[in-house]
Amino acid sequence: MISTMECAVDAQSLISISLMKIHNSRTQRGGIKLHKNLLVSYVLRNARQVYIKEKYAEIYRMQQYEEVMTVCNEIQELNPLDLEAEDAEDEEQARAACCAEEASACGSPCHRGAAHCRAAGTVAGCSLLEDGCKEPEPSYYRSCCMEAPPAPLCEQCPANSSAHCNKTTVLDLDTHVVTTVENGYLHQDCCCDALQCGQSAQSPAKKRKVEFGCCASDAEEAHDFTAARKRAKREDCSYSAPDYTDTSNISNLISIFGSGFSGLLSRQADLEQICSKQALASLGAWTRAIVAF
Amino acid sequence: MMFKSAAAESSNKQKSDIISTVEFNSSGELLATGDKGGRVVVFQREQESKSQPQRRGEYNVYSTFQSHEPEFDYLKSLEIEEKINKIKWLPQQNAAYFLLSTNDKTVKLWKISERDKRPEGYNLKDEDGRIRDPSTITSLRVPVLQPMDLMVEATARRVFSNAHTYHINSISVNSDLQTFISTDDLRINLWNLEITDRSFNIVDIKPANMEELTEVITSAEFHPQECNTFAYSSSKGSIRLCDMRQAALCDKHCKYFEEPEDPSTRSFFSEIISSISDVKFSHSGRYLMTRDYLTVKVWDLQMENKPLETYQVHDYLRGKLCSLYENDCIFDKFECVWNGSDSVIMTGSYNNFFRMFDRNTKRDVTLEASRENSKPRAILKPRKVCVGGKRRKDEISVDSLDFSKKILHTTWHPHENIIAVAATNNLYIFQDKVN
Repeated sequence: MISTMECAVDAQSLISISLMKIHNSRTQRGGIKLHKNLLVSYVLRNARQVYIKEKYAEIYRMQQYEEVMTVCNEIQELNPLDLEAEDAEDEEQARAACCAEEASACGSPCHRGAAHCRAAGTVAGCSLLEDGCKEPEPSYYRSCCMEAPPAPLCEQCPANSSAHCNKTTVLDLDTHVVTTVENGYLHQDCCCDALQCGQSAQSPAKKRKVEFGCCASDAEEAHDFTAARKRAKREDCSYSAPDYTDTSNISNLISIFGSGFSGLLSRQADLEQICSKQALASLGAWTRAIVAF
Repeated sequence: MMFKSAAAESSNKQKSDIISTVEFNSSGELLATGDKGGRVVVFQREQESKSQPQRRGEYNVYSTFQSHEPEFDYLKSLEIEEKINKIKWLPQQNAAYFLLSTNDKTVKLWKISERDKRPEGYNLKDEDGRIRDPSTITSLRVPVLQPMDLMVEATARRVFSNAHTYHINSISVNSDLQTFISTDDLRINLWNLEITDRSFNIVDIKPANMEELTEVITSAEFHPQECNTFAYSSSKGSIRLCDMRQAALCDKHCKYFEEPEDPSTRSFFSEIISSISDVKFSHSGRYLMTRDYLTVKVWDLQMENKPLETYQVHDYLRGKLCSLYENDCIFDKFECVWNGSDSVIMTGSYNNFFRMFDRNTKRDVTLEASRENSKPRAILKPRKVCVGGKRRKDEISVDSLDFSKKILHTTWHPHENIIAVAATNNLYIFQDKVN
């Protein structure tokens, strides 16, 4: 039965669910269903695209915020009372700072003057960039400078970046144990919690061993899948980690699939460069295993 | 057209009893069902009798046999399911009936024949079958055929195996009655019904590098009259029509049917809901019908760029796609079927609902296959799903739909208005009301 609550059509949760489906399909009776896995990979690709867009916008906003903070601090030092004069000067920079892919974040669409801003926006697929900029209130810019820019799509609060936690979740395909490394501490987590993470705000610090009862690991000796018996990175749910700002782990995961299903992707080489620097060769085997027969 | 229920077969709630395919034969006299346990059950229509006109045309069990058994592929360490994916009848040419049944890997030709006489009076063995000592035989006699109780026996006449690496999703008998095709995710093979150790590969869409795979074949069917023409549907929502006379390998299509995607409806699940789950030629051979997750489309073979007609089966599910993805319902493969005159099309939905669309009057109806509504000779009442706002008394709201009760397989009698609907373990047969 479908619950009356509309489930969160969130890129992260879809990625988790899709990965779970792909993993479960390996142990299904009758062998891997190529058609179903192909469709799941399409959902994964779509979720990945949205996720990368969001993350990139987040990174961009962070960078701009820091720049604006620096500028604002300098302004405040110079002349804390004379705001009108400075606003005109800093309008260009402030506009660039406030300019983000989501107009709702800034409150109004901003016209980007800076070339890098436009380039980033284009890559991120922001169509609002064409709109003319409304004249924002001076006090608006001040609020932009003083406070962290609101991030309606990303729950993370960039202002607390100093307290960010670095999380990596690893699923061992041999022992079927999910391990979460958080801030250097080791946790054993439950994969299945990924679906419920959205509802419970607990941090994933539970120590539970995952029992994949249906996994017939002995039967899975097909040589195609020996390559898959490596540690696979898995995106843990970040709902419970509001301070999470390290994008490299998520980006790496997304880049894994980027290399594995190159036929599905449009050429997004520039996004790939921005988001991922990690070598993909060793992890590509995991994705190849999905379609290898 | 109002339907009343004529018969309902049921079995215990076992997973192996889930019906996985239903098919009338070309005369409509026989109805075959296949299930997840590898069994085939054939029903036969009762002869009309003057003395009991009210029992006109009820279907009774005619033959039951185990078609496929579970197998194990030792090379790949994979279990091969015994579930019957498709049954296709051959047109009747003599007293016996022939059908093709297939699981994921193997197609079998079954002969179903009646035996109502048996020979008696053998010389070398007695009536119990024990061999007699030849030295005790003093005279010879000619065995005589004596009547016996009718026995229907099914024998496997051909086994077509080892031709498919991927899972077979459909089979189709050619109008030449000599060949048939079997289709898996990436390949279509052409067989001769007489030859089991050889088949011809006529379509192969496997890319050189599997990582570049973007679509799979979901169904294929021969044209009902043109023995050289067949069509196959893909997971990308397109249909290709191929002519076997063009080349040995039909990688180049003659016609390509695809409707451009509406960008305003784009979502995470656009690719899934556009995947075609079934393709059927009309009896006339002029049209094609395709079923994707939310719609049924009728295509004119002469027009490739868009369908002739599009019917919404359950558009109210569009807002529920995320949940349906989570519980795997979005991967359900619904079939669709034409009536004998190609004027009405039918397909299944959830909550044991099935839908009929009249192509001429543009009217549609939603009916339910359930025990409560299907007392024998009861008229089926149209059902309605309430999409939003105030729910009327007889309506059912979208959130109350039971998604575990799905009607994936339906079939329509080739000449009359009799339909068979498979609802999980149960088979429902409905007939048009007779005044």
